Amino acid sequence: MSFIQYLISGISLGSVYALIALGYTMVYGIAKMLNFAHGDVIMVGGFTTYTICSTLGLHPIIGIIVSVVVCTLLGITIEKIAYKPLRKASSPLAVLITAIGVSYLLQNLALLIFGANAKSFTSVVSMEPIKLADGQLSITGETIVTIVCCILIMIGLMFFINKTKAGQAMLAVSEDKGAAQLMGINVDGTIALTFAIGSALAAIAGVLLCSAYPSLTPYTGSMPGIKAFVAAVFGGIGSIPGAFIGGILLGVIEILSKAYISSQMSDAICFAVLIIVLLVKPTGLLGKNIQEKV
Amino acid sequence: MKKLLINKTLKQNLITYGIVIVAYLVIQIMVSLGLVSSLLKGLLVPLCVYAILAVSLNLVVGILGELSLGHAGFMCVGAFASAFFSMCMKSTNMPSALRFLIAILIGAASAAICGILIGIPVLRLKGDYLAIVTLAFGEIIKNIVNSLYIGLDEAGFHFSMESTMDLNLSETGTVIIKGAQGITGTPNDSTFTVGVILLLLTLVIVLNLIHSRDGRAIMSIRDNTIAAESIGIHVTKYKLMAFTISAALAGVAGVLYAHNLSSLTATQKNFGYNQSIMILVFVVLGGIGNIRGSVISAVILTLLPELLRGLNDYRMLIYAVVLIVMMLFNWAPKCIEWRAKLLYKFKNKKTAKEAE
Repeated sequence: MSFIQYLISGISLGSVYALIALGYTMVYGIAKMLNFAHGDVIMVGGFTTYTICSTLGLHPIIGIIVSVVVCTLLGITIEKIAYKPLRKASSPLAVLITAIGVSYLLQNLALLIFGANAKSFTSVVSMEPIKLADGQLSITGETIVTIVCCILIMIGLMFFINKTKAGQAMLAVSEDKGAAQLMGINVDGTIALTFAIGSALAAIAGVLLCSAYPSLTPYTGSMPGIKAFVAAVFGGIGSIPGAFIGGILLGVIEILSKAYISSQMSDAICFAVLIIVLLVKPTGLLGKNIQEKV
Repeated sequence: MKKLLINKTLKQNLITYGIVIVAYLVIQIMVSLGLVSSLLKGLLVPLCVYAILAVSLNLVVGILGELSLGHAGFMCVGAFASAFFSMCMKSTNMPSALRFLIAILIGAASAAICGILIGIPVLRLKGDYLAIVTLAFGEIIKNIVNSLYIGLDEAGFHFSMESTMDLNLSETGTVIIKGAQGITGTPNDSTFTVGVILLLLTLVIVLNLIHSRDGRAIMSIRDNTIAAESIGIHVTKYKLMAFTISAALAGVAGVLYAHNLSSLTATQKNFGYNQSIMILVFVVLGGIGNIRGSVISAVILTLLPELLRGLNDYRMLIYAVVLIVMMLFNWAPKCIEWRAKLLYKFKNKKTAKEAE
């Protein structure tokens, strides 16, 4: 029975990873860059909700909405100031290093504002745990909300990308920027929209993550961020269903290795998964193999 | 024409060595005159450590054109391997100079082996993947070291991943690596002189590599991998070569670091992601691909925050801003255009004045 318990909490953690990985994978698909600051957007989302709910004492729903808005604006601003000028830079390293700089900047700003001490985050979910199988199996409200949220967002995102004009524009830009521009698509706007959606998802992921693991520090986002990237690579970077599957699998692997192997080594095991995936199938589970041409 | 070119690079290299030697002599004279505060004296070895790290990372970032975020991990491997060796040899009556020399070689070799092991799978991949895998590697190393217990008694070495009790040591046995508590009592063999010698050695290795046939092959991979491949350059081999040399040098820096402290632990601060970023800041500020710049920026950025203690809270923030602004200033096409325009205007003014 404990195995099922672990499996469920793994899926819950995996749902959070999947939400974060969606942001990575969309940005990577469209801008061909690894947004290192994505993990720290999660942290900003967490702190915004914390400030609204715990410090100002407002309703959690307001907190979530405000944090989504703040993170969306933050994502667009970061893209505009730090990434856009470097889009045509001669070296691909330039934008990567800038992204690291942005990540570092966000962490240290949070450190200055909120301090290094962990804040205890009040869960936004007020739901009693569900007891199953004579109380042997207990599923917390956070777990259910996280999984449901993730599935809803996935469905919504798939609908958005496949059925709306803006989503189709995103696909077009990720295929070929030049051709998309010739078809009358606003490339800059589309990239900004991608960053906005990715950051909004990161804000939701941040709130869900902090509700499940209620300790909030300026470094809260960096590890889940990196792991979500692992998940995105696992599922095949650039693929949205891939991010979902990769996220869930990685969450399950992490929780199971924590439970059955060693709690200290669980991070190392997650990263070992990444290295194995890259060795065996560098394109990930659902990724497409693209041959580079001259 | 060829002779002139060689002389030019030789001259540049000599200037780099000269700067290090002159700085060393100046500091030694100041120390003997008692002009150096104890705070600064404590910084002398770390200065060498960071300079070596910056130069070795520049080999990967600037010359090979790949981003490695696990440099602190290689440093960690070198530090722990060499400290472990020194601890084992401490009780024997091996001369400390010989022991330290072997420790340096062990540190470099173990980091190089890790470099090869991690390089073979990931160097086939491109930039972003390499960055994230090296980052992952750094975290894995830190995790492993933090849960590693090694003890020594007359029956030999005992390993455990759980606790000191699991080692089953006899009563006379000693625990060398105590998991998260690390290694305590490492002999303090690192001196400023040794550090400077190692730094010079690093510079000789890296600068000679850059100006050799192999170095040109590595740079051609950076500039255009497909073109390099088409003229018969073995891409993976040269990538692995640069990566391994860089890892080995980072290992040497780790040895120096480990033998400067009496207790060695693997924390987020010294061997974690933050350390790797800090080395990257040194490289970016000194100029990507500019070896001399790396040394200078490593020295300045290590000294400045210590001398301006009041800025300590803002230190990391300033690093972050420096990183972003430097990248935008140096790499954004619009910025490059603007700089060229400014330079052109400036030159025009100068020539106009000269004409008058």
